Amino acid sequence: MNEINQEDTHRTIERVARESYGRLVAYLSSRTRDVAGAEDALGNALVAALAHWPQDGVPQNPEAWLLTAARRSLIDVIRHQQVVLASEPTLQFLKESSTEAALSTEFPDERLKLLFVCAHPAIDPAMHTPLMLQTVLGLDAARIAQSFLIAPKTMGQRLFRAKTKIRSGGIPFEIPQERELPERLDAVLEAIYAAFGIGWDDMAGADQRRRDLAEEAIWLARVLLQLMPGEAEVQGLLALMLHCQARRPTRRGADGRYVPLSEQDPKQWSLPLIEEAERHLAEASKYGRPGRFQLEAAIQSVHAERGRSGRTDWAAIALFYEQLNRISPTIGRRTGYAAALAEANGAEDGLAVLDAIDQDAVSAYQPYWAVRAHLLQRLGKGPEAQHAYDRAIGLAEDPAVREFLLQKRG
Amino acid sequence: MQFALLIYHSPEEFAMRKNDYNDPHLGAWRAYYKALVEAGVYVGADALEVPETGTTVRVKEGKRRVQDGPYADTKEQLAGFIILELPSVDAALEWAARCPGASLGAVEVRPLAPEAKRRGFTG
Repeated sequence: MNEINQEDTHRTIERVARESYGRLVAYLSSRTRDVAGAEDALGNALVAALAHWPQDGVPQNPEAWLLTAARRSLIDVIRHQQVVLASEPTLQFLKESSTEAALSTEFPDERLKLLFVCAHPAIDPAMHTPLMLQTVLGLDAARIAQSFLIAPKTMGQRLFRAKTKIRSGGIPFEIPQERELPERLDAVLEAIYAAFGIGWDDMAGADQRRRDLAEEAIWLARVLLQLMPGEAEVQGLLALMLHCQARRPTRRGADGRYVPLSEQDPKQWSLPLIEEAERHLAEASKYGRPGRFQLEAAIQSVHAERGRSGRTDWAAIALFYEQLNRISPTIGRRTGYAAALAEANGAEDGLAVLDAIDQDAVSAYQPYWAVRAHLLQRLGKGPEAQHAYDRAIGLAEDPAVREFLLQKRG
Repeated sequence: MQFALLIYHSPEEFAMRKNDYNDPHLGAWRAYYKALVEAGVYVGADALEVPETGTTVRVKEGKRRVQDGPYADTKEQLAGFIILELPSVDAALEWAARCPGASLGAVEVRPLAPEAKRRGFTG
């Protein structure tokens, strides 16, 4: 086989792996309860595909081929173990699936169950997002560790512990009952949004070939929406992320300098993404069940409106923040409220909101100090503003943001 | 728990520091120290002179050996250290990422040996 075809085959394997990874891990682990075992089996199946497909050609149903190979790998593992360590559900699955003729053609999509398992309350909330990225999207621990600012070895250990807990802690692979669904769904949405936030912060994006975390998060939300089409908050989350994504490239000038939202040129924003976001937001509002993500998407929608009207309705933004803080106040939302109120009513009102926030809670929260510095400067309180700028500069991680604030500090 | 942030600079970064108060990153460093102190995590810190000013001493088989320059023969060299009191390595990595040294060179995070052990060393 010539090189071009080989490359083609490799690309096909990559595509199949991307599209099918989560579906296959979800299907296998929902039957065996062993996420790590399912990942290993699928990993072996992909290695087998790399060995066979370039010679034999890509099979007609690549997903079914991978599933059969993964199943074979599970059997091999059990055979080679001196003592049988495989879980009872794994043995049960292998027994059943050997007679299941349907296996070779179709299998159910269990990704929704897997998403709920990853964000289960019995699992450390800090591990919800890493688990999702690994099991549903197939990102490796080292890549996840980079994004989460955790040593790769530590991330690997934490993922391992979480999977052990899934296997032996009796965490069910099921869609939660209606009674607990809102809370459980919220954990799933939070985890997806956390992935987006991390991708969003990682401005430099050191390696372009690596799939961007923000885009992965959007992809996850699309999968979720496909699986739960009637959920307003799922659409709210997707709308929120699409709005942010539409402005993403404009956060930097041609020279790499940081450009704050208020100075961005709306003509540079992605209109198709904004339109898609608006469609989702409009559809979500039809259900009459407002929620945290719809409100955050609404704030972004007001910002996007500047592209059409040329102005920002800060009073509307302040109102949305007020509603958000009524649902559950966080330092971030209170800071956002202060900034919007300052634009709508004047810097003094914004500053009063900031003053009311507990000082211990903001000692390492950068946006608070950036907003505070900006408002103090507008009020002509030079020395106080300089002090706040120093705090904001000292807490900034992004060199471009640091440079921007240093220049404003003067 | 105490952590050391070991700050490594490139030769270019050291060169900029030589012109005393003209270091373009001085403002960022000053702000970083302020943030550390006001967050209540700062224990101590110091900067080192440029690597060329270092002298390395070894005693081998009773003989003194003195060598010009720093111990490690690497492109990036130790430029200073910061000691922080923090609850976890996660928090230490967070502060390391905010350190201007992380975007200019590299910052190694290393836990200090537990106090009992340190007392053993220092008497």
